[in-house]
Amino acid sequence: MNQAAANPAVAYNEDIVKKFVIAATFWGIIGFLAGVYIASQLAFPALNLGLEWTTFGRLRPVHTSAVIFAFGGNVLLGTSFYVVQRTCRQTLFGGPTFANLIFWGYQLFIVLAASGYVLGITQSKEYAEPEWYVDLLVAVVWVMYLIAFAGTLIKRRETHIYVANWFYLAFIITIAMLHIVNNATLPVVFFGGEFTRSYIAWAGVQDAMTQWWYGHNAVGFFLTAGFLGLMYYFVPKQADRPVYSYRLSIVHFWALIFLYIWAGPHHLHYTALPDWTQTLGMTFSIMLWMPSWGGMINGIMTLSGAWEKLRTDPVLRFMVTSVAFYGMSTFEGPAMSIKAVNSLSHYTDWTIGHVHSGALGWVAFVSFGAMYFLVPRLWNRERLYSLRLVSYHFWIATIGIVLYITAMWISGIMQGLMWRAYDDLGFLQYSFIETVEAMHPYYVIRALGGVLFLVGSLFMVWNIYKTIKGELRHEEAVDAAPQGVRAGAAE
Amino acid sequence: MNHEIFEKNVILLSIGILITVAVGGLVQIVPLYTLDSTIEKVDGVRPYSPLELAGRDIYLREGCYTCHSQMIRPFRDEAERYGHYSLAAESMYDHPFQWGSKRTGPDLARVGGKYSNDWHVAHLIDPRAVVPESVMPMYAFLAEKELSFDTAAAHMKTLRALGVPYTDEQIENAQADLLNQANGDADEADPDALLARYPKAKIGDFDGKPDTITEMDALVAYLQMLGTLIDFTEYKPEMDYR
Repeated sequence: MNQAAANPAVAYNEDIVKKFVIAATFWGIIGFLAGVYIASQLAFPALNLGLEWTTFGRLRPVHTSAVIFAFGGNVLLGTSFYVVQRTCRQTLFGGPTFANLIFWGYQLFIVLAASGYVLGITQSKEYAEPEWYVDLLVAVVWVMYLIAFAGTLIKRRETHIYVANWFYLAFIITIAMLHIVNNATLPVVFFGGEFTRSYIAWAGVQDAMTQWWYGHNAVGFFLTAGFLGLMYYFVPKQADRPVYSYRLSIVHFWALIFLYIWAGPHHLHYTALPDWTQTLGMTFSIMLWMPSWGGMINGIMTLSGAWEKLRTDPVLRFMVTSVAFYGMSTFEGPAMSIKAVNSLSHYTDWTIGHVHSGALGWVAFVSFGAMYFLVPRLWNRERLYSLRLVSYHFWIATIGIVLYITAMWISGIMQGLMWRAYDDLGFLQYSFIETVEAMHPYYVIRALGGVLFLVGSLFMVWNIYKTIKGELRHEEAVDAAPQGVRAGAAE
Repeated sequence: MNHEIFEKNVILLSIGILITVAVGGLVQIVPLYTLDSTIEKVDGVRPYSPLELAGRDIYLREGCYTCHSQMIRPFRDEAERYGHYSLAAESMYDHPFQWGSKRTGPDLARVGGKYSNDWHVAHLIDPRAVVPESVMPMYAFLAEKELSFDTAAAHMKTLRALGVPYTDEQIENAQADLLNQANGDADEADPDALLARYPKAKIGDFDGKPDTITEMDALVAYLQMLGTLIDFTEYKPEMDYR
């Protein structure tokens, strides 16, 4: 039966997706800028300015929240609303007003959180810094998001729920669970104290475990499962090929969401967390390598028979490179979770480098790919303003990432080795401050890598702006074959 | 198994997801509350005094955890650099924990008593005046800001509701204890009552400005008690095998 003919054309809510794409672009720039600034503070501490609002300690959460929850979050909400409507052939559940409430509620959360950090309002739990009233706001917005997303799934006009939506659904449900448990607090205002302060319900070792159960799965479900949902829609679309293996997607979906939750204790190796918990965390982190690579293989092999498109399509290049970075960082992660490796890497920049190979290489690149895919379609343009600019963005950002992660590998491993180095007489060879001094050149290189990543994203802003305006840059088509090959074929 | 049942039913898929993701956390977190061996049985760990608590609030507010850990691992180099490895008991009243994840600066779990008050104040005002290679921000503003402590008792009551064993006496005397600890040299001070309630508390005019209690006083008071509560000459690690 021709279902398309049987159903009247569905009026998708694309307006809400447009809003999220623009918000993601805006917050992306803010987040990258904040990152470049705090990276520069570590190289040149005078940039802390001696003001209470501009210290590294207050701005670092601005950077992490802006890139994860503001940039990443807007990408996830926007793309999930686009994908769920298309793959269910159904308009967004709850109507446009409800969707707009979700959008503005989410932006309000970001503004309240970030302005709070600058003013010193924080729970001081990593990646869960917003205070209790902001946590409550985001919990309400999140439930509304679940209603809109799952409601659309329930009202779908397709028999099956498409694989991308499994990942989005797992992301929404799990983040709700993590957020509520990890942020359980008691505001001091109930006892006559200030409005903006609360104490976390958990303490010490239990709080540490809860925090990294949350923290690692902010990576696992916000930055991985959610973006795998995005991969499962946009990579096949852009490559114009079906997903490589349906069976693999089932196996790696359930294995991934089951195993990820256990990995938190690898952030607490050799701490006062009991050994049995650490061992469990390490074991599951290593097992997690398999479903992670299941996803990578499924993403990359979707290009089977379409590899030549990588030469001509820089948008696809973003997506495929992102999946390759995903594969690399999900190999590095299990390696770092081995206790012997972790004894060196923990507390050093190696961790920072690892996070950024995932965050810049995987999360940001697959987001850029999806945004380049979406903008011409949402605004009904023939194509992007310029594919050349996409290509420049790709190469500038890639060089930036390479500078960033190699600088952090070197500084992290070097600092870890310096901390444990002994001289011939059996004394510690380096004072702590000598190891700080040794980091300086790598902090400069890292900041430079960040600048390149930021510059690349400014190319994207320009490209998106011009595309929305409806302009087309006159460009020669990118050749499918290099000059020499084409000349040879002509003879 | 036929995966179709999940692919065709949103409710089943959601329940399946929730069960699948709940298992790991339940297994890893719940036993930490039920197993007695999780927190070592040691003497000396006590709730923070009102001034230390106020200092800790400043430590949290400034995001010190973004660069400093408070968790010494059981390695030879860390023991020599920082002291005895950290016990779970030492952070049992920390809401939230401050173990940290990065050492851009050194570990602070046992920084208490290692430097003088004057060193801390000079270092916080301008780290590079004391340690030229430091990349730490300047916290001179702490020395200028008067500590607001009207709500000290409210903070302690909140923590008591969460399980920190503050006594009625400690909460009633919150203001007096705070003033006493920060103005230890002043004539009206009564250090004995304070020390009875908070053994080993460091008393003094921390920032060198006896007429005001600043945020600097509170932060230094907190730093000076970190890691000092347990007497490790008495500690037998084999008692705490976990």
